[in-house]
Amino acid sequence: MSTKSSVISALWQRLKSWEGLLILILGAVFLLNSFIAPNYLTIGNQINLFVLSIERIIVALTMTFLIINGEIDLSAPSIMGLSACVTAYLFSRGTDFGTALLISLSIGLACGLFNGFWIAIVGLNSLVVTLAMLICYRGLARVFLEDRSIGQFPEWFNFLGQKNLVGPFPFALIVFFALLVLAVVVLHYSGFGRRVFAIGDNKDVARFSGVKVPRIKLILFIASGLVSAFAGLLLAARLGAVRGDLALGFELDIITMVLLGGVSIFGGSGSLYGVFLSIMIILNIRNGLGLANFSGHVQTGVIGTLLILSVLVPNLAGEFRAVLNRRRLTGPSRGTPV
Amino acid sequence: MSFIIRRFRPEQIRELFLVVLIFLVVVFFSIEIEGYFNARFVNRISTSVVVVAILAVGQTLVFLTRNFDLSVGSIVGFTAYFVGQQLWHHPEIPPLAAVALAIGVGMLMGAINGVLIAYGRVPSIITTIATLAIYRSFLVEYSHAVPITTNNLPDWIVNLPPLSLFFVGEVQVRVLFVIMALVVLGFQALLNYLPFGRRLYAIGSNPDAARVAGFPAQRIVFIAFLLSGGLAGLAGFIFLARFGNISVLAGIGLEFASIAAVVVGGVSNMGGSGTVYGAFLGALLIDLLENSLFRWQVISEFWRDAILGMLILLAVAIDYVVIGRLRVIWARAGLQMQAEASSEKPEGTVHVD
Repeated sequence: MSTKSSVISALWQRLKSWEGLLILILGAVFLLNSFIAPNYLTIGNQINLFVLSIERIIVALTMTFLIINGEIDLSAPSIMGLSACVTAYLFSRGTDFGTALLISLSIGLACGLFNGFWIAIVGLNSLVVTLAMLICYRGLARVFLEDRSIGQFPEWFNFLGQKNLVGPFPFALIVFFALLVLAVVVLHYSGFGRRVFAIGDNKDVARFSGVKVPRIKLILFIASGLVSAFAGLLLAARLGAVRGDLALGFELDIITMVLLGGVSIFGGSGSLYGVFLSIMIILNIRNGLGLANFSGHVQTGVIGTLLILSVLVPNLAGEFRAVLNRRRLTGPSRGTPV
Repeated sequence: MSFIIRRFRPEQIRELFLVVLIFLVVVFFSIEIEGYFNARFVNRISTSVVVVAILAVGQTLVFLTRNFDLSVGSIVGFTAYFVGQQLWHHPEIPPLAAVALAIGVGMLMGAINGVLIAYGRVPSIITTIATLAIYRSFLVEYSHAVPITTNNLPDWIVNLPPLSLFFVGEVQVRVLFVIMALVVLGFQALLNYLPFGRRLYAIGSNPDAARVAGFPAQRIVFIAFLLSGGLAGLAGFIFLARFGNISVLAGIGLEFASIAAVVVGGVSNMGGSGTVYGAFLGALLIDLLENSLFRWQVISEFWRDAILGMLILLAVAIDYVVIGRLRVIWARAGLQMQAEASSEKPEGTVHVD
């Protein structure tokens, strides 16, 4: 078989399995929504449904890298909150706003470095470390702002968060698509991306093959911290005010987006195309349910059900197929018991 | 040295370390805060630790099988609301029936988790992240945003938290604390002495080996989640009794609190190692710190979570470095003893932790 046709058949396999399923679901959601809500298909609504969750889907990109790598970063939303709170705090104390933004971004970087140190260098479990840091960074954010809410940021900052930059597209959306392209190139078309997959598939094998496992993990956690801090600032700009509970509880949404996209929680497999489709599905379901007047909790519940089904149905199908195969092998003609 | 190694396991040394740490925390704050340690404080801690401690017991069972239960916060919220509403509309329900109702509802939710994880082979973190959201949405739909308040509840449940069985000096031994103590002791006994308990450890330390050895792995994991759900239901009942006012937000964040307690208590998130006592001590230490930092004037109360997070990290790091080292020493000594024993009597087997 030539290389080209094997690539095509691999692509076909892909489409048949996960991404194909996601496209079907997305199509169904799309159809259903456009029947229910007449103003669903307007460009304004389509952009709006992105903008309402833009910070989450930006962090979902780095989370995809981490989960494919076999790790997880639960502390990302707390870093979002911390960076926004530090900016607001420094700004309220009279620091120049640009400097405040830079300091917040470097704090995000430092948080990522701190997580990465314990996980990549010391070797602790990322779920536990980032769970502890989820509590810790959130606590630090509260230390800065206590019970206050700080707003009245400079005009240009609010403009970036709330107004459209190019045509109907706001700044954050352009950033998201730029980051998406960058992430696809790095993950699927670079040596670094191959290493990320290799580590997630089998850390020890990767190490013995000469992959610098700690360095790559460290880079991913730093990137996660930096991107989370940036997303926190975007959220602050969009809301126009900052409180200690900014981005509280986003971790579940972000992880759902990645896992529904077909990324294995055990690492080593998944793709950003799948994650992008799952982001589209989740945002459209939220939008449709929102237009039909369901609360945020119910929307999350529906998405949770979808998440379980997305793993359960292929499992059951696989089991069913295995039973059929066994029947065929152990049919009356062969008669060998298993 | 060999005496210590023969009599104690690394986990027990760890628990001893936790006890010492709890003691040091109490001594430290007694010096720092005027009138810190007295009977009232003991009473307060013994009431406030109950919910998280019971959740930590259930979380331990699940952790031992190398799984997670992130849905407990929503189970607590839903059962607290559900039982509260039943008591509101049917005040004649006897107390024991109310407790049974809470445990039953919790078990039902735990069973859903268990079926999906054990038989549907959906990874536990995916399942329970999802059911965390699903159970919360049940609560939101079911409650129609009408909160339960203390005024709606029958008197016996409102008066339950300060109710004491007996007194030791001024220290009250409260009913809720006794329930928690029975749960902790009972489940530790289950882990130590019943085949089911030993199998939990076996499955967590090596799932493949346990399956090949013929353990009903799926059933055991299912039961672990069933029990975790039931305990979360019990915790939900106690949550209702303690707070009285239940909104749709009840119990949010308890899943992280229970995991924190279990991790500080030395239950390994890779399964197969840890005790219920450890989980209880972890819950106690965290609760003690929360209650103490709150009263410490030197730093603002907002530092509480930041310190708590660092503490959990520290506990895990110490566990990894020190306890890991101890285990190596123990294993070596165990092999040595085994060698000595086998030179004396060939059939002798020595368990190596």
